[in-house]
This record gives sequence, C-alpha cells and structure tokens, in this order.
Amino acid sequence: MMKWLKTNWFYLVVLIIALVVPLLITNRYYAQVITMSCLFAIGALSLNLILGYTGQMSLAHGAFFAIGAYGVAILTYTMGWNFWLALPVSALLSAFIGFLVGMPALRTRGSYFAITTMCLGEIIYLIAGNWMELTGGHNGIVGIPVPSPISIPGLGKLAFDSQIPQYYLVLFFLLLTLFVMHRLVKSLRGMTFLATAINEDLAEAVGINTFRTKLLSFVVANFFAGLAGGIYASLIGSISPSVASIAMTFNFLMYVLLGGITTLAGPIVGAFIIPILLEYLQFLQDYQMILFGFLLIVVIIYFPTGFMGLYTKVRDMMKKLKVVAQRAA
Amino acid sequence: MELFLQQVFNGVMLGSTYAIVALGLTMVFGILHVPNFAHGQMYMLGAYVCFFLVTIFGFAYWPALAVSAIVLALAGVVLEFLVFKPVRNAGGITPFISALGALIILENAVVVLWGPEDHRIPNPYPGIIDALGITMSTQRLLVIGVAMGLIVLLQIFIKRTTLGSTIEAVAQNKEGATLVGINVNKVSSLTFAISTGLAAVAACLVAPIFMISPSMGSLVGMKAFVIVILGGLGSIPGAIVGGLILGLIEAIGGGYFSAAYKDVFGFGALVLILAIRPTGLFGKEIKGR
Repeated sequence: MMKWLKTNWFYLVVLIIALVVPLLITNRYYAQVITMSCLFAIGALSLNLILGYTGQMSLAHGAFFAIGAYGVAILTYTMGWNFWLALPVSALLSAFIGFLVGMPALRTRGSYFAITTMCLGEIIYLIAGNWMELTGGHNGIVGIPVPSPISIPGLGKLAFDSQIPQYYLVLFFLLLTLFVMHRLVKSLRGMTFLATAINEDLAEAVGINTFRTKLLSFVVANFFAGLAGGIYASLIGSISPSVASIAMTFNFLMYVLLGGITTLAGPIVGAFIIPILLEYLQFLQDYQMILFGFLLIVVIIYFPTGFMGLYTKVRDMMKKLKVVAQRAA
Repeated sequence: MELFLQQVFNGVMLGSTYAIVALGLTMVFGILHVPNFAHGQMYMLGAYVCFFLVTIFGFAYWPALAVSAIVLALAGVVLEFLVFKPVRNAGGITPFISALGALIILENAVVVLWGPEDHRIPNPYPGIIDALGITMSTQRLLVIGVAMGLIVLLQIFIKRTTLGSTIEAVAQNKEGATLVGINVNKVSSLTFAISTGLAAVAACLVAPIFMISPSMGSLVGMKAFVIVILGGLGSIPGAIVGGLILGLIEAIGGGYFSAAYKDVFGFGALVLILAIRPTGLFGKEIKGR
C-alpha cells in the first residue's frame, strides 16, 4: 500500500483536486469552462487511441462526436427517451457507424485513410446540415433536456439541472474513459495497437491481424467520441451542424498534439490547458486561431511529443542533474 | 436532353478547374510526398490577391490573374520552406499536422484581415452564348479553354524541358536525382511554386462566377485530395481525368437529385472507390504512406 502510494501519489493528488474543484470555484463561468474541458478530454482521449496508439489519422472524429450528440438530441428531445438509455444507444450507434465506415476506410493506409475519413466527416456534416426532418437542418436542435435525475437508494434523487452535479457527471465519464483506455493500452491488445502504429508491415509479419486491430481501435475510439458528444448535447441543450464540422476535429487534434500524443495524460492536459489559455488570450480574439496554427507547426517540428514530452524531458534532466550533484558531493 | 447537356457543360467547367487545382496538388503530394492540406487555402489566397488587384489597384482581369499566379507561386515557395521542409524526413502524421497548422493560419488570417464576408470580382466577360439549346457564359467557356491550355503547357514543360524533367527525376528517385547533380531543394521549391501558382489561376478563373470568401478553399482543397487519390498519386493524366469525373458527378448529381447533397456524391464516390481499390483508380501499391 505504501509502495503504491509512493509511486502514485501524484495521481491521487490530481484526483482529489478534481473531486474538490467545484467546491473551490464559485465563478459559474469558470466552472463551465472546467466541465467542458473534462468533456473534451473524453473526446481527445478517444482520438488519441486511434491517432496516437494506433497511428491512424482519423479526421472524422468530430463527426462521430456529432453522431453521439445528434443521437442524444433526437432520442431525448424528439422521441422523448430517457437520457440514460439514449446516451449508451447513441454511443453504440457512433461505434456501429464507425464499424461500418471502418470496414472500407481502414483498408487504406496513411494519407489515404486521413483523406477518406475527412470525406466521411464532410458527408456527415452535410447530412447534419441538410436533413431537415431529422436534424433540423442548419438551425439544429434547441431545447435538449438535461440528463434525467437518477435515484440513489438511501440518498434520494440526484438531479443534473445545476452545475456541480453536471461537473461530477462529466468527471465520472472522464474517469471511466481513462480507466478503459488505461486497461486497453497497457494490455497485450494495446501492444498490438502500438505495433501497428509503428510498423504495420512488420506487425502483420509477426502475426498481428492489423486490419482487425485498427478496426477495434477505431470502433472503441468512436464509441467514446459518441459518448462525449451525447453528454455535450444534453449539457449544452442545443446543437447545430457545426459540431460535425472539421473544426471540431481540429480542436481534438490540437488537444492531443499539444498535450502529448501517445500518452494517457497528454490529451487531458491539452483539453485543460488550451481552453484555459484561450480564456487568458481573450484579448487576442480573432488572432487566437492563427496563434494556434503557429503553435501546432512549432510543436510538431520542435516538440513532436507535446507538453508531456517536454515534461518527461525536463524530469529526466532533473534526475540526471541530481545524480551529477550527488556524485560531486 | 437539354438539361443533361447543360449539366455536362457545367460539369466540364467545374471539372476543369478541379483538374488544375488537383494537378498542383498531385505534384506536391504524389511527387514530393507532401500532403499539402493548405492547398485549398492557397487557392483561396489566389482569388483574394486577384480581387484586390482588380478592385483596389485597378488592374485589368488578365494582368491580375498573372500577377496573382506569380504572387502565389512565391507564397508556395515560402510555405514549403517554413512548413514542410523542416518535417521532410519525419514520417507518419507529422507533415499532416504541419499542413493543418498552415491551413488554420491562412484561413483565419484572411478572416482577420479582410473579414468573413463574400466578395465578387466583376465579371470581365458577361456575354452569353446559346448553342445546342444550352446556355454558356463566355467566362465559363474561357475557364475550360484556359484550363486545357494550362494542362498542355504543363505537360510540355515537364516532358520537354530540362528544368521540368528534374521534377520527374526527383519523383522517380530522390537519391538518384541527387547523384546526377539535381538540387532536390530547388526542385521542391519549383514544384511548390508551380503547384500554388496553378491553384491561383484556377481560383482567379472561377472567381467572377462564384463568390470569394475565406472558406472557399477548404472544400476545394478537400476535393483536390479526392481527385488526386482517384487519379492515383503523382499521376498527371489521373488528376485531369479525376477532376473531370468529379465535376461531372457533382453537376449531374446536383442537377438531377439534390443540389444540397451534390458534394456528398463526390465524396461518396471516393469512399466507394477506395473501398473497392484501396490505392485509388490508377494508383500503384504504396507502402506506409
């Protein structure tokens, strides 16, 4: 137990901070920013699975986020379903469409896959904007109900119509996603993902069915993208086709890359740092995106492992310095 | 029948502009293996340069087109130097991300500088010709003519001149080309210059017909990628045929089925073709790219 604490104290501290943060932040606006960061972290983590761990550049990630969002919106608002049924159904729908799309798309490689998924994303975006009866066209869907209350035996009803329960709801799903990703990438299956990312031909040669590996990764990633989208629709209360646009995918990409690709912490760090940075850069307004474009290029050229890569570099350097200092003493 | 012919005409017009944009892209993507995601944004920039030359500096249409092509050719060289050269030897998704960064910068810079609204370049040739029951505006005919001319010129340049053949040499074998004394850096710059210059010409040609806006490039860029893959990476005839096919699919799909979904047909066709042939229509087997 003590040993476990010694190696994992940092994560425990982060978890405790995450649990008490809503009690410390009373500003409604900042609380909302943090809730949204948690939500986008789910999407970023799932993109990281297919992009980082499996090496497949899916540019349809925003579109799968949108499938989940539209799924929950249509099921709860138009058809009157319970949120807790609509959410898993929408996430499964997103995963299923991912499966159908992945079957042909994952036969292609590299740039071809990126462009195929970009086209698929564009198709989904166009459908969201034009299928009036189902999606409400360019106006989208307004008035999506918040998640329905759940009753906990002995504690009474837990309603999600205020910010703090909403935060814990998102945090719960973020931890769930992180748990699944952690189990997945540290398992033998996760090794096959990495092998496929690093050298697909070699992976194939040592007996990994790379197509099925990629498909599994794609389906799981899209499940969680859909899950994040579903929660997003319910918490925000309205959606429009812009959730399916490539800009949404770019946001996720930015979180993953600036945070640190192929690390579990990176996408979460990215999803928190970037929106908070944006708050501070409010005065830059229109120049924000230009700045992020520059950042993206600079990071990919000089720090391809993002913030987390920088962090490990600094940590290793500190360790070395310590050793040197000890030797000197 | 007349509707059909009209759609075919529109399709050929659209297709020939797509073909020039895709030609440029197939050169950098297929030959230099640089996935220039910002190609559509260079196209957009070309239209803006032309617009300002015509409206503010009072240039006539043709000189504006020529100057815009030169400006964008230079911009292409700069883009290559700043964004793609540093990641030339990095594999995987790195050049993609770099290109995405360039795309985001260019699109948002234009919004900041000149606003998100649409502009229109005054049509230099507003005349209309009626033939075979179809209406053809002079400008649209001109688009087809110039596009065809450019394609022929480019083909002559690459096949018949020493400078042009260095591009092909680098495409075939980078090390070999270096060995015989070809400067790969110079060829890269040259290829980028031609590529973005062509995009600018295409944009200037259609600018009097359609509106110009900061977002005009993203869809065209995406379509250019579709065409390049349909036609096979690096294949110049493939880009031309692919461009015309996509233009026709869009015009006929849009004319007969639904204008709102016209882009879905084009993108859907790509997905279908890649499902059957993962390396594109004329593509050869590629490894890890």
